[in-house]
Parts: sequence; structure tokens; C-alpha cells
Amino acid sequence: MVKEQICWEDVEVGYELPTLEKIAHSLMLVKWAGASGDFNPHHYEEAFGQSQGTGGTIVHGLLKHAWLIQLVTNWMGDEGFMKKFSCQYRGIDYPRKMKTMNEPQDGDTWQCKGKITNKYVDGDDHCVDLEIGVVNGKGEVTTPGSATVILPSGEWQLDN
Amino acid sequence: MVPDDLKQHIGKIDPPHVREVERGAIRRYADAVGNDNPLYFDEEYASESRYGTIIAPPGFFGWSMQSVPSSEGIIGLMTAMINAGYYRILDGGMSYEFFLPVRAGDIVIASPKVKDVNAKEGKSGTMMVCDFETTYLNQNGDLVAKAYQTLIGR
Repeated sequence: MVKEQICWEDVEVGYELPTLEKIAHSLMLVKWAGASGDFNPHHYEEAFGQSQGTGGTIVHGLLKHAWLIQLVTNWMGDEGFMKKFSCQYRGIDYPRKMKTMNEPQDGDTWQCKGKITNKYVDGDDHCVDLEIGVVNGKGEVTTPGSATVILPSGEWQLDN
Repeated sequence: MVPDDLKQHIGKIDPPHVREVERGAIRRYADAVGNDNPLYFDEEYASESRYGTIIAPPGFFGWSMQSVPSSEGIIGLMTAMINAGYYRILDGGMSYEFFLPVRAGDIVIASPKVKDVNAKEGKSGTMMVCDFETTYLNQNGDLVAKAYQTLIGR
């Protein structure tokens, strides 16, 4: 199988990663609670969310962090390596409620975006720094972050 | 001012938390995120990759919440925060340094440490900003990753 692999030479500062779209809804939050082990009722019990001062249930910060990791790792490909990652939960995101057993109501869609801010060689590693973030339905960056990725350089294609 | 009941947890390290990185746990994690990268669930695909087997997505170490029942470290500090009236707790952010991939079947040993607690004035009064640092080693004793997390109590 020939896999597509982005190389360090293919990208420049200012390059934008393909946007990853996500819809957070109650069902996704419950699945995430089970998969991550974060059973804080703040993410599935409306009244508890209100007692916490956020007006209701909110999207897990760590779920948004996992979206951003997906954005970067699926872009960098199997030969890329994520060296550093960071994100801050600046804005609260509210999940869509469910319309049916597995379909959410109409509402916000989130966009995970990334852009190359720096490109350099560090020892043997061909690196890029990325500015990343989760953007809510209003266009606000609720979860800004950054990442450093090692990409294969052009010689990788010749060797393989 | 950080109350003494909170301050006494600074520098405390929870007992090492040992987990096997299970295939099913990786698959469920990727599914919950909505991540369809075959590296996380397709053994045939993954066996032909540079990793030779299924790997965990960065940030997943078998179990992402490393809460070990302990009166010392993270849980102890969270309990002390709630008792001191800072019961509204929010996650502030996460950062990592990654050194090695985590493969299905690896054993990951996590040691979470309370790095610091600082008081900060916010819009709704004083907040307690708690910084944690977790070191992850694998079964060979090699450093896999370091994670830094901030929890904020109001």
C-alpha cells in the first residue's frame, strides 16, 4: 500500500493544515467519559454543571485536547512524530443535546485549525512548530495551543 | 494566599500508577474522539507501519486520568481544595513532551506530582491554580513522556 506522507520540504511557514470539523454532543461526552476515565458529572449532569457555575454541562477540556492531537497526528502521517503539544482551555464549550438516540440537535460545529509558525532543523530532526486551536460556532478560539512535530525529510522518499 | 492545607501537598508524588496499554482501550479512546486513523485499531495496517503494531495516540497512556486514591498528591489536594471552599474546579490546560511511542501491550508507569499551587485574583474572587507534572516510563524504564496539567479551583 502506498501511503501519502507529507515531508518537511513540502511545507513552509504559513502553511495551513486541513481543518478538522467536530460536533460535541451529549453522547460523545458520555463515550469520552468512559474511554478516558473522567467521570466528573460536570460533563453529563445539567444540575451539577449549574452548581459549578458554568450554567450546565460542558465539553471536557481533554476531549478538545484529543481533537487537536488528532488534527496534528493525522496530518503529519505515520512517519511524523509529535514532540511537543500544549493547549489551554480559555473558553467553555457547551455540547449539543441529542435529538434521537444517536443524532444531535442542530447547533454549533467546532473547527480545529493549525498553521505552521516555524520550520527548522534541530540536530537530526526536521521540525515544524504549529499554532493550533479549536474554534467554536461564533468563530472564537476557545482552546488555543501549539505543537512541535518532526517530519521526514525528502531523503525519506528515496530510501523507501 | 494559599491556605496551609493546600500548600502541604506541594511536592508530593502519588504512588506509581501502573497500567497495561490495552488494544481495546486504545480503540475505545480513538472511537470516543472520532479518530479513524487505522494505526489505532487495524492490526494488519499497523504491523506494516514503522511501529510494527497498534500504537496509542499521543496523550493516551492506557488511561488518561491517572487518579490514584491517595491522601498525598492530586486527590488529596483536590479534596483539600473542596474543603477550603474552592469546590468549582476547572481544567486549565495540558502540555506534553513526548519521547517515545506507546505501543499496544506496553506497560506504562505514571508518577503524578503536585508541582505548585498559586493564588490568583480572578473576576469571581481568588482562584487556586494547581500545577501537576506527570512522568511516564515504560516497561524498560525508558522515559515515554512528561505531562503538565493545570487545574483551577474557584
